[in-house]
Amino acid sequence: MSVVVLGVGLHPWGKWGKPFQEYGVAAARAALADAGLHWTDIQYVVGADTIRNGYPGFVAGATFAQALGWNGASIASCYAACASGAQALDIARARILAGLCDVALVVGADTTPKGFFKPVGGDRPDDRDWLRFRLLGATNPAYFALYARRRMARYGDTPADFAAVKVKNARAGARNPNARYRAEVTTEQVLTSPMVADPLRLMDICATSDGGAAVVLCSPAYARRHGGRQVTIAAVSTVTPTFPQADLDLPMIASETVPQPEHGFKTALIRAAYEEAGIGPEELSLAEVYDLSTALELDWCEDAGLCPRGEAAQLLRSGETALGGKRPVNPSGGLASFGEAIPAQALAQLCELTWQLRGTAGARQVDSARIGLAATQGLFGHGSAIIART
Amino acid sequence: MLAIDGWFLIEDGLTYLLGSRCGDCGTIAFPPRPSCGHPRCAGTIPAPVRLSRTGTLWSYTNACYPPPPPFAAAEPYRPVTLAAVELDGLVVLGQVRDLTVADLRVGMTLELTSGPLADGPLIWMWGAPR
Ligand SMILES: [Zn+2]
Repeated sequence: MSVVVLGVGLHPWGKWGKPFQEYGVAAARAALADAGLHWTDIQYVVGADTIRNGYPGFVAGATFAQALGWNGASIASCYAACASGAQALDIARARILAGLCDVALVVGADTTPKGFFKPVGGDRPDDRDWLRFRLLGATNPAYFALYARRRMARYGDTPADFAAVKVKNARAGARNPNARYRAEVTTEQVLTSPMVADPLRLMDICATSDGGAAVVLCSPAYARRHGGRQVTIAAVSTVTPTFPQADLDLPMIASETVPQPEHGFKTALIRAAYEEAGIGPEELSLAEVYDLSTALELDWCEDAGLCPRGEAAQLLRSGETALGGKRPVNPSGGLASFGEAIPAQALAQLCELTWQLRGTAGARQVDSARIGLAATQGLFGHGSAIIART
Repeated sequence: MLAIDGWFLIEDGLTYLLGSRCGDCGTIAFPPRPSCGHPRCAGTIPAPVRLSRTGTLWSYTNACYPPPPPFAAAEPYRPVTLAAVELDGLVVLGQVRDLTVADLRVGMTLELTSGPLADGPLIWMWGAPR
């Protein structure tokens, strides 16, 4: 049995500066309207937490429920870094599959500060996330840059290849009314933007954004009573790394072994989702992957098995991963066009899969889309891969 | 003063990273762990071990803009160079002393040294081999 995505909704990404719950409520109302349901129909609510918005952010499920008006639904709140939305989804899915409820609402929203993400406040010398800043000044882009440099050394990728990812994703984002950045860019613009963490420049690195996303999930029986074109969740993977972890993962100061991408965490996350769904990469119509940097999208393409190791730049140049190509990657415009709104991002990816699989993605519609993959990697061993299908 | 206790030491002018080594399964970890990280190992308390002082450059980057607190950025700010160095089957990050990204190549040998953070305490750093 697979749970059904009955409704999806987004609050547009941007830097709006409003309380996060406003974005969450807007997205929830949009998802409920899309599902043809009223808020009082919802039996279970899961909120994906935000850690930069005080107590209401730590109990996001209750914050959204209170903002929508207490309806007596059961509730959960969870945090899993960039995978928070996927984990919230998985909690709701498990509840439905267990027969404990028929219909659930999953919501994530964030309001982000300006500039680099920094550790939450206070002196905490036992916290690896605090220590990597204190001892090394190792920001998130520093890690992305280390991975990017590896691609250059190992596969011969160039900064122009990385820039071409941004050009591709900006072209898709320009067609997405929910994206924060909606202007097309040139390779030249990327390559002349300020260097942030060599070899990555400002336009190679995703921004931090405000935004909100929501999904209504239900049992197949409930979906049959409510009609509509059905998109189902074929897999949700939230596996952890296995020892020794073959990545230099955020916020680690050292790896557990010499990193090997073929045994890496992102590969394991996606492989587990393929296994649950009983499909392989050749059956995907599209993929939404976590392009925290341009170079990282190339890593993801290989981790997802869209091409052999080291050939993602070639795959990109072939046009296969662009809109209109055989298997578009980040047809939404990706993080390059959205920026990152942590607890909302995995849900926003699922919204895009849903629109694509319904055939309602407008100017960025992927031809006859049937199966989509959405993947995230957070820090501290959290990540996710979701497969949705018609 | 060291920026963190128990992760490295300086002796006769030489800097050593301090890892931990499991007495049961031999797993080496940095920073040192209070218990073995191998999921199948019941693990006695791992013993401290000095890691190799040289390694191979696995990757590198720099911070063109001052990292946010709790990092203490020098004023005026000069980009901090970061290296990820392969040694003893691990890759260990560190700031780079007296070299910029233009001086670095993946695969070159670097040697452990130390230097001050902008607010004083000493930290391990990677440098050119002596
Ligand atoms: Zn052990």
